[in-house]
Amino acid sequence: MTETPASADLVLETRDLHMAFGGLVIFERMNFTLKRGERHAIIGPNGAGKTTFVSLVTGLLKPKSGAVMFEGRDVTRLSPQERVKAGMVRTFQINSLFRALNPLESVALALLEREGKAHLSLRHVAAEKELIGEAMELLHQFGLERDAYALTEALPYGKQRLLEIVLALALRPKLLLLDEPAAGLSTQQGHEVFARLAHLPDETTILFIEHDMNLVFSYADVVSVFAAGALVLSDTPENVRKSPRVREVYLGN
Amino acid sequence: MSAFDSPQNRAASGTGYFASLSRWNIFEILFWLALASLYFWPHADLVLMSQIFIWGLFAMSLDVLLGYRGIPSLGHAAFFGIGAYVAGYCGKFGWTEPISALVLAMLVAAGVGWLTGKLVQRVAGVALLMVTLGLNLILYDLVHRSTEITGGDDGLQGIVIDPVLGLFRFDIFGRTAFWYALIVTFVLFVATRAIIKSPFGLALTGARENPRRMIMLGAPVEGDVSRAFALAAALAGASGALLTQTTQFVAPSSLSFQRSADVLVILIIGGAGRLYGGFIGALIFLFLRDWLAAISPVYWYFWIGLLLVVVVSFFRKGILPTIEDVYTRWRGRRGASP
Repeated sequence: MTETPASADLVLETRDLHMAFGGLVIFERMNFTLKRGERHAIIGPNGAGKTTFVSLVTGLLKPKSGAVMFEGRDVTRLSPQERVKAGMVRTFQINSLFRALNPLESVALALLEREGKAHLSLRHVAAEKELIGEAMELLHQFGLERDAYALTEALPYGKQRLLEIVLALALRPKLLLLDEPAAGLSTQQGHEVFARLAHLPDETTILFIEHDMNLVFSYADVVSVFAAGALVLSDTPENVRKSPRVREVYLGN
Repeated sequence: MSAFDSPQNRAASGTGYFASLSRWNIFEILFWLALASLYFWPHADLVLMSQIFIWGLFAMSLDVLLGYRGIPSLGHAAFFGIGAYVAGYCGKFGWTEPISALVLAMLVAAGVGWLTGKLVQRVAGVALLMVTLGLNLILYDLVHRSTEITGGDDGLQGIVIDPVLGLFRFDIFGRTAFWYALIVTFVLFVATRAIIKSPFGLALTGARENPRRMIMLGAPVEGDVSRAFALAAALAGASGALLTQTTQFVAPSSLSFQRSADVLVILIIGGAGRLYGGFIGALIFLFLRDWLAAISPVYWYFWIGLLLVVVVSFFRKGILPTIEDVYTRWRGRRGASP
């Protein structure tokens, strides 16, 4: 076994990322790094730029200047679709599902897009037996197999939240970005979601935004604190918990 | 034992679900048999029947865009007209074999549709209505004004169409027209149905439901808009070519705004997103027009307008989806009672 250089183990790196909406500066210079296999939480007060950061990383927003590096490659100019194909997948804070499709159809669609099999053809979906089996297994892992044929918009909120994550996992992400996966869930449901995420293999690096500190300190191995468009601190949960600067950010002077 | 207790059973259950979506049901088979049997109806107006198939196919082509991809178009007659004129020029300049001319009309319309899709793939909502309407008006005016090439208002004269397969001459009673229009429509329906039940159809529906999520699945949503336009335009072009070939005539009215509005009305009355809605709408629209025009030749649009208001106010989704909902509820109640 040879030692790999430290930079090769960086899944994500932002270099001097600058972002502004009109005159409103969100990030002056955001430098952020994420190592392979990390379970990395971003916390911070509302308006700290957490969701904007995820949107810049995934390409839904373009930075004014600076670079986004994914697995050592500059992806700043790539479209959101190209970043998905490269292995960078996100979920949304507010459920963003296919309301009139059922969970099986939704997950099968994600798998068909992953495999590039949704092109114009006369071959019906039922012919894709392996992908349908894979879709059912994913639903089964999240306890959704009995809801496979129910209309998505008729599912209870907690199950919709799970489907949001299943759709992302279906793409076999190298980097999974979760924007408040437990938003709107009960404490117990939130722990169930994170317990399932904890079982994902180490190849899947996870970056998540979360407000519930119990969940953050139970499941993250690195915590980054954002405040007013700057990275205040990036450290282990214990050190973040002890940091006087973090208390200041959250509680004010 | 449950359908979900092992990976094999779960996979079989999922595959079974998708297979059930593409299986032909008894109502579909009866529907097509009923259309064919109209031929044997005493005193049947075969010319009117051919018109119904042509309008039904045309409305189905709009359904691909509007019902499945969620793209509204106010200029769909442009593609119908292109198909109609391509078939017309073929017949006028010696390419008199109808089936190959129909295929050519579809290819030309598909090409124009694909370009239209490229043009509008970043446009949405009301702007999309304006762009499609604008393209339709430009094309109409060009055809209308180029009198030397298109015959202008008088239409294209001297179109010759060979007998279908060299055997069936287009007759004044509309017998050949009936079967030719029905069979072409049915074949294109079967192909469209397969495409809609394919992964591509699922991707179109997904983009209708949530384009942002489709982007985050890495889906080529913009390319899919062009492909959907090309498919819809090919089908519309086929219906235009059928009109030219069964009447041996083509005029600028084939690509008028009136036709774009009529096809939208037909689809909305029948119900979008079902493939059959356009055919149900065409049956109602054309029978009603035929009947009303006989009573009051000038004012029949009054009744069409009233029908549209009533359908949209009371059935919301259109006639076919409403019937489906009622039937599903009735079966559900019957299944639930002991």
